Amino acid sequence: MIYSLLVMSSPASGYTADTAARFARAVISAGHTIHRVFFLDAGTDTGSSNAVFPQDESDRLQHWVELAEDDGVELVLCISSALRRGMLDDSEAARYEKRSATVHPAFTIAGLGQLVDASACSDRLVTFGG
Amino acid sequence: MTDAGQELMVIVRHSPYGSSLGRAALDTALAAAAFDQTVHLLFLGDGVLHLLPEQDAAAVGLRNIARLLGSLPLYDIESVFVDEASAQRYGLDLQLSPVPARAVDNDAIRELMSNCHHLVGF
Repeated sequence: MIYSLLVMSSPASGYTADTAARFARAVISAGHTIHRVFFLDAGTDTGSSNAVFPQDESDRLQHWVELAEDDGVELVLCISSALRRGMLDDSEAARYEKRSATVHPAFTIAGLGQLVDASACSDRLVTFGG
Repeated sequence: MTDAGQELMVIVRHSPYGSSLGRAALDTALAAAAFDQTVHLLFLGDGVLHLLPEQDAAAVGLRNIARLLGSLPLYDIESVFVDEASAQRYGLDLQLSPVPARAVDNDAIRELMSNCHHLVGF
């Protein structure tokens, strides 16, 4: 079965975003496919390469990076949500003349059309947060 | 890139202006309509407050959501529903809603949901 995930809560508040990463891992382990993970609203915080979590908490970014690098899961941040939260990749940082990129390279930034496409191409769209 | 003819229901459960979720919901509905999906919009619980008349968002420095709602029919989003019980609880006069919305009871909501391919809740 083809799954897509929609993540709307920040890894800085609660564990919903982390649950999404664990769910994605479980989906793949069960032999299903993740078509795309789309991060919207506060969920776009997930892509931050600068967030620092206390040592006694799990690294919220690492789960996603592993999904992207080891399993080829596509991670997409909503562009309008990302920009207003200071989540910029290299090209957006250059476009808005900001000092540096803040998004981890495992993530890409794109429009809401990618969420619409994900819902149309997937058997299940599972929402986390909101 | 997408299969036309998919039916998507966007469910708005949070009040406007208190967070950016309502805005994210409407943006999602507009994006889906732009990609030729059939979009149904349902306001539920605190989300029915989106349908309050005479909203003025200038003082909080945000875009006026009522104006955005009023433009939905221009983007072919005409299937707008509101939970009857929630609207009653907030004493909403749906005649004054910024976008025409049909009041529905729980049975009708259940049927609408079961006819959609995907539900996205905000």
